[in-house]
Amino acid sequence: MQLQTKRLARLAVFTALAMILSWIESQLPNFFPYPGMKLGLTNLVVVFSLYGTGKSDAAFINLVRIFLSGILFGNPYSIAYSLAGGVLSFASMLAFRKTGIFSVYGVSMAGGIFHNVGQILVAVVLIHNDKIFHYMPVLIVTGCITGFFIGFLSDEVLRRIKFRG
Amino acid sequence: MKKADWLIPAAAVVTAAIWYALLIFKPASSTTANAGDYGDKVVVTVSGKGYAVYSLDSETDVIIPGARGLNNHLVIHDGEANVVGAECPDKLCVHQKAISKDSEMIVCLPNEVVVEIVHGEEGDYDAVAN
Repeated sequence: MQLQTKRLARLAVFTALAMILSWIESQLPNFFPYPGMKLGLTNLVVVFSLYGTGKSDAAFINLVRIFLSGILFGNPYSIAYSLAGGVLSFASMLAFRKTGIFSVYGVSMAGGIFHNVGQILVAVVLIHNDKIFHYMPVLIVTGCITGFFIGFLSDEVLRRIKFRG
Repeated sequence: MKKADWLIPAAAVVTAAIWYALLIFKPASSTTANAGDYGDKVVVTVSGKGYAVYSLDSETDVIIPGARGLNNHLVIHDGEANVVGAECPDKLCVHQKAISKDSEMIVCLPNEVVVEIVHGEEGDYDAVAN
């Protein structure tokens, strides 16, 4: 019972943190004026909880923050984009982590790349225009760079905070 | 960072490079143009359907009705096409640079509007302006 309460509180705090980062990111000017190119600050919380407290926590936070930030700062279409990006990114991070040969950097970079791949796939479906695939090379590279940055931040945070479930 | 982690940026760069090369060198369907050549037509697509084709040499100032009733403002001036205004929430299309070279495009995702530079003949668009 006590463990359940603890987990509930932890999920609530992490989800709130993800929402705050989402909001901060929505206030930043668009450094890259292309759809899909975002820093993905929120992924910091997801990566951190994936390593710190486990994959079911991370999956929960990821899904809840996608719907909440979509409702607060976006619209049904932005939820479709975030959901595709978020789910594909999360699945790839689980798979890359499971291999056991990558550190949090590699896992986060894979997440960044597949996040953008997911967004492009939704864009192609929603816009009915496969010209969008032209963006793939640049989004793969930027996803890798932002993933590296998030991996770096996660690594630094994980080294400083030791979590006991 | 572990050694294996480097595989991911390496794979990303290789994939991106191959993808880009395929886009550049793929045999053009109707023309012999390559990316980087100056295009001469501005093709506007809304929700995957051809909306209009304008000459890149024209002086054009039009409002394009996007999906869901929101508009984009397209201006063609001095051989460059630019989206100067939009009713979409993020305005990413407005921030994108003016385009003039073959295969360059400006995309407004929320309004499902794609403005693209095309070189040579394009037969499969219904509406032609100018």
